[in-house]
Amino acid sequence: MEPNVFQVIWFVLWGVLWGVYFMLDGFVLGTGFMSGFLAKNDTERRVLINTVGPVWDGNEVWLVTAGGVTFAAFPTTYALMFSNLYTALLLLLFALIVRGVAFEFRGKMDSPGWKSGWDYAITVSSFVPALLFGVAFGNIFKGIPMRNDFVTADFAYDGSLLTLLNPYGLLTGVLFVMLFAVHGSLYAAIKTTGDLSARAAVMAGKLWLPLLVVAVAFLGYSYPATKLYSNYLATPLLTALPAIAVLSLLLIKVFAANGRLHIAFLFSCLTITFVCFTGVAGLFPNLIPSSLDPLSNLTIYNSSSSLYTLKLMAGVALVFVPIVISYKIWVYRIFRGRVSSEDVLADHEAY
Amino acid sequence: MDALMLSRVQFAVTCMFHFIFVPLTLGISIMIAWMETRYVASGDEMWLRMTKFWGKLFLINFALGVVTGITMEFQFGMNWAEYSRYVGDIFGAPLAIEATVAFFMESVFIGLWIFGWDKVSKRVHLLSIWLVALATNLSGLWILLANGWMQHPVGYVLRNNRAEMVDFMALVTNPYGLIKFGHQIVSGYTVAAFFVMGVSAWHLLRKNEVAFFKRSFRQAALFGLVSSLLVAVIGDLHAVEIAKVQPAKFAAMESIWETQKGAGLNLFLLPDEKRECNAFERLCVPNMVSMLAFHDTAAEVRGLKDFPKDERPPVLPVFLSFRAMVGLGTYFILASALAVLLSFKKNLEEYRFFLTVLLFSIPLPYIANQLGWIVAEVGRQPWIVYGVLKTAAGVSKNVSAVQVAVSLAGFTLLYGALGAIDIYLLGKYAKKGPDNDLSGIINVQGRD
Repeated sequence: MEPNVFQVIWFVLWGVLWGVYFMLDGFVLGTGFMSGFLAKNDTERRVLINTVGPVWDGNEVWLVTAGGVTFAAFPTTYALMFSNLYTALLLLLFALIVRGVAFEFRGKMDSPGWKSGWDYAITVSSFVPALLFGVAFGNIFKGIPMRNDFVTADFAYDGSLLTLLNPYGLLTGVLFVMLFAVHGSLYAAIKTTGDLSARAAVMAGKLWLPLLVVAVAFLGYSYPATKLYSNYLATPLLTALPAIAVLSLLLIKVFAANGRLHIAFLFSCLTITFVCFTGVAGLFPNLIPSSLDPLSNLTIYNSSSSLYTLKLMAGVALVFVPIVISYKIWVYRIFRGRVSSEDVLADHEAY
Repeated sequence: MDALMLSRVQFAVTCMFHFIFVPLTLGISIMIAWMETRYVASGDEMWLRMTKFWGKLFLINFALGVVTGITMEFQFGMNWAEYSRYVGDIFGAPLAIEATVAFFMESVFIGLWIFGWDKVSKRVHLLSIWLVALATNLSGLWILLANGWMQHPVGYVLRNNRAEMVDFMALVTNPYGLIKFGHQIVSGYTVAAFFVMGVSAWHLLRKNEVAFFKRSFRQAALFGLVSSLLVAVIGDLHAVEIAKVQPAKFAAMESIWETQKGAGLNLFLLPDEKRECNAFERLCVPNMVSMLAFHDTAAEVRGLKDFPKDERPPVLPVFLSFRAMVGLGTYFILASALAVLLSFKKNLEEYRFFLTVLLFSIPLPYIANQLGWIVAEVGRQPWIVYGVLKTAAGVSKNVSAVQVAVSLAGFTLLYGALGAIDIYLLGKYAKKGPDNDLSGIINVQGRD
């Protein structure tokens, strides 16, 4: 197929969808696996769950949309990404399934054993996706061992779950976990009251330095481990993306130290999206490179849908994504207040 | 078993499990929206209590429906990579549109509905449940247009070693997909109607909250009657469409081996696939199959022997599922018609036998829904896209049988545990009955 501008447009949208997903589910996952460290009793646990209660489902749909868009715009990438990373995605699915029902089920029985069981489930099922997304994207940045022949449609993969657990993949996993831990703690700090809020703010402050260390290590290790830097060397203007990521990461600390936690949280949002953009922009025009042979790279040219489909889907996105964003912002504004212990104790509908 | 068979079993298991929760959501969301509408219009608190009680059961059910839906999207790529690559150009579009247009709306407004009682006005709160109901049904539309395309592919050409979309409107107006959508949503409404009738019957048998459950019962009975009639009417249209575009599936549904004009309908028969005939046939209604298939008593119906053996679906499961589904559908019409009549009696709670029957009827529409999908999907075999791509050619090549065996075991264990918990919680909260304490809501909602 002839290269065309819609392939580039969908590449950008693909990156944006993942970035927005990580920003939004990042604080749900982060609050989830940090809740055991932040909450001191059952009521505080409930407060934390209820801060994400109204929005977690809508946030997760960004993942479904990212998956759906990969399917519709880059079907070959969708097919090979999901089948080659089979076992990792399976674990991710199990975790997301457990996390979703845990929110709903936890408050449905009054036994302490039941509740602590689901608390444990929330911690694990929030931590696992954070780590796995990091490991998966680290491996995507680095390339996975596949040999693809696009003329004969012959696709071979020479890896397993263990292949993904290489040092760079694990480092990216740790980076995601740290990003979400800080993000989730800041979210908890601005969405709760009293001691819980104060404890969450302190936690975010404590985790910031380790995050910075991991982020620096990631940026440094990416140079030998990936080809991400080549795009930045070729087009220096693109370095604005990592620059914004790094600057935002520094500003989190500046504002958090001054107690301006809402602004710190906004910069945490920017950090996560721009870390994602940094990686994705470095991949271009690849969606998933091959670690064995550059001709096997899944690119926007050899794995995209037809021009007709790309145009049609662009039209759909142009009309509906602004509508989705508008009502999401509206609903976020409705739930902008903090959740207190009194609120959850008085509300029968709360989780 | 090889990776192909294991992947098929896994898809069936995860799909059928997902489909325990979807049909109730389709219907009960509308019923709850109606209850809340009545509350907002009249201020009658019983409608509010109904909204809350049935709403709680809805949410327990909804949670598993949502999370098991993600599995479906992932699985196309994970287990059916060849299929996904081959048809993603046209099949991916309705899935992506479903997420963008419907799934976002559903998930955002369900959050507003659950947590927004004291945050927004009555009218906005009401709007949120209507948007959830609309989105849920819209979601079904796009999924069934996608499935409709697998059943009767339209609007594509084969080029560049795959199926490419050339006519989106053909996909959206595919009669197969639209009829299937119609048949499916009213089947979902039937599940919800019998669920509400059955739970109400349980309480009426115990003389518990009689006024509350009589009102719930009457609403459900009316909803059930209309829905089950529509299931039959649209089901008839669906059979006509199948006879036209999937003649092999139709022949399997009726177990017709020889091509014949004026084909009769045997009330009792048993297919014998080895000998390519029916082991026995009893009580034949002349010309009936021709009538059902083409609305013409003399029309020719193609028999299974007309198709090469490797292009026939498994006959026995398709035939039995179809028969059982039709039988159940007939029962739903009769039962809900009787329920409507009795619901206008003052002493509904005295009809203990009928109420007991309805209580035990709760699972039946669920079963009918699953049977319908067996007819649809087993009947499509050996094709994954009818006439275009065989199922065997669609499976992932880079996934081993061991990987799928492990994932299938994992899904079975996880789903089994979660399903048991969910059904237990549904039972627990259904038996608990409605909450009396509405003070919190009414105080804060008095604002507007």
